[in-house]
Parts: sequence; structure tokens; C-alpha cells
Amino acid sequence: MYIARIRVTLRPSILDPQGKAVQHAIASLGAGAVSDVRIGKYIEAKIDAKNEADARRTAEEVCRKLLANPVMEDYSFDIAGTE
Amino acid sequence: MKFGVVVFPGSNCDHDAWYACSKIMEQDAVFLWHKEADLKGVDAVILPGGFAYGDYLRCGAIARFSPVMKEVARFASSGGPVLGICNGFQVLLEAGLLPGVLLRNSSLRFVCKYIRIRVENAATRFTQRCVPGEVLSLPVAHGEGNYFTDPATLERLEGDGRIVFRYCDAAGAVTREANPNGSLAGIAGIINEAGNVLGMMPHPERAVDPVLRNTDGQKLFASLIGSFLSGEPVLVPARPGHDAVAG
Repeated sequence: MYIARIRVTLRPSILDPQGKAVQHAIASLGAGAVSDVRIGKYIEAKIDAKNEADARRTAEEVCRKLLANPVMEDYSFDIAGTE
Repeated sequence: MKFGVVVFPGSNCDHDAWYACSKIMEQDAVFLWHKEADLKGVDAVILPGGFAYGDYLRCGAIARFSPVMKEVARFASSGGPVLGICNGFQVLLEAGLLPGVLLRNSSLRFVCKYIRIRVENAATRFTQRCVPGEVLSLPVAHGEGNYFTDPATLERLEGDGRIVFRYCDAAGAVTREANPNGSLAGIAGIINEAGNVLGMMPHPERAVDPVLRNTDGQKLFASLIGSFLSGEPVLVPARPGHDAVAG
């Protein structure tokens, strides 16, 4: 069994008003050194696969077909063995 | 003419759409439950507003896997008219029946108010009862209506007259102030290449009853019905056990 830790983020060309709003809040904390806040999604999923390459293929397909919308989002993931 | 209104878990404008078609426009209208892969021989499909599947993951992302959506896609590819309103527009985009995405409103706020849209293309079967440049007043109610697409697609939409509605002011000017959500090029509604699938954020079905004083939304329904009754062929998918209904 494998676990996929998936990150879905807005593409750099897409404005992220939510990230902007959070950045303003961070600035009002006094943390002026923080910039370029972008909000994304984190998804965990277990994958029953023969080997890591297989698990990677499954994760790739699920990301491409459902978890991320390629018009506005990018994705990345790590695969690790688990119980 | 027979309308089919798709009902997803979380749809909340389904009854309004049914009411507009049956009680106001005096046509047949049936509900199409998302689990049923049967369009019941309808002549047009409406994907209503709401929050299908709670807007989980992304608006419309889960709804496109419903059994009914496979049939809707087949219906659309055979030329059947499909109107996606608000959340229905989001579902059409996620299903790949229209290009682009709807991002979070630039204000980050849910916008619920009357807006105006300018009819950019009055030659579609959804707008043929309007005149080009006509300004319609319709309500919007959404948090994700900020249309976005890549520059190449935008150019194609512009060039082919597929931007059917843009947000505008009372005089018909497309301005930043008149745009409720930050939508690219003021886009409020687009149509597919074949001209039979329209997605729009404003709610025509909420502006049909004379009791509510504003009946601008009737023009869309009247256009569809007019194009159907004038004999323009409206194809339905050939399914076993269903006779094809001719326009």
C-alpha cells in the first residue's frame, strides 16, 4: 500500500484574491517579510498498487482527470510506502 | 416542446427552471434525476443553478461524473440544446462542453443582485428573440463567476461571436464597474462552436414571472421555444427504446 500526498495549486498566471487577502492579514500581523501568498489544496489518498511506479501512474491519472483543472491549476505529489 | 431539468444533489434552482418552462412558458417540463441515464425524450436540457455535490473539490467537478451527464454530453454532441445556468455553467465547463473555468469572484464575496447584460450575439437559438446590443436585466447569485480562459481561446470566442452576453451598465457599456465578479472581457455567457450549448452566470429563470415585474428572462426561453417550433431540427440521441423526436 502506498500513500500519495498531493498538492494542487493555482497556476502562476491566475490571480489568487484569497491569497492576497491572507497576505494583507499577515502584513497586519507585522510580518512584512512575507510576500506572494498563494492558497492551494492538499489531498492525501491511499493507493493499492504493485509497486511505486504503478502508484505514481494512478496518482498522475487521478490528478490529471479530476483533482486539478489544468486551465487554472498545477499539481504535484509524493508517493511513500505505508501500511 | 419538452424541457428536462437536471437535478443534482445540491441543485436549488431546479424548481425555478421547471416553473419558468411549465407555468410561465406553458411547455412540458420534467425533472431528470442525476442518477438516471435517461433524458426521457426531452427536446432541451437545463442544468440549473445551485451547489451540485456541495461544490466539493471545485464547482461542478463532481457533477460531471453523474450518469445523467454522460447522456447530456451525448445529447449535446448530437445537436440537442443545453442551457447551463450559474452552477450549470460551471458543470458545463468542468464537463468540457464549453471552454474555460469560473474562478472565485475577484471581490471574494458572494454576489447576489440584479445586473445588466448586453446581448452580443442575437443570432443564437437562445437569443433570437433579442436584438443585437439589447440590454437585459437579470439577477446573479454566485461566489465563483469570474470567467477565465487562455488568450488563444478568448480570441477564438471573440472572433466566432461565441461570447453571447457581457456585463454592462444601463446604457449598454461594458465597464469594470458593471462587472460583478472580475470576469475576463466582461463575459457573462458563452456558447459552444456548434451553437447548441450555452452557459451563463445570470439567472433568466428568476426573471420570468410578471408578478415579479421583470420578465427579461422570458426572452431566452421564448427564443429556444421559437427555434424549436420553427422546425429547426433539434436532434435527440438515438437510444434503444426511444424514438427520435423530430423538430
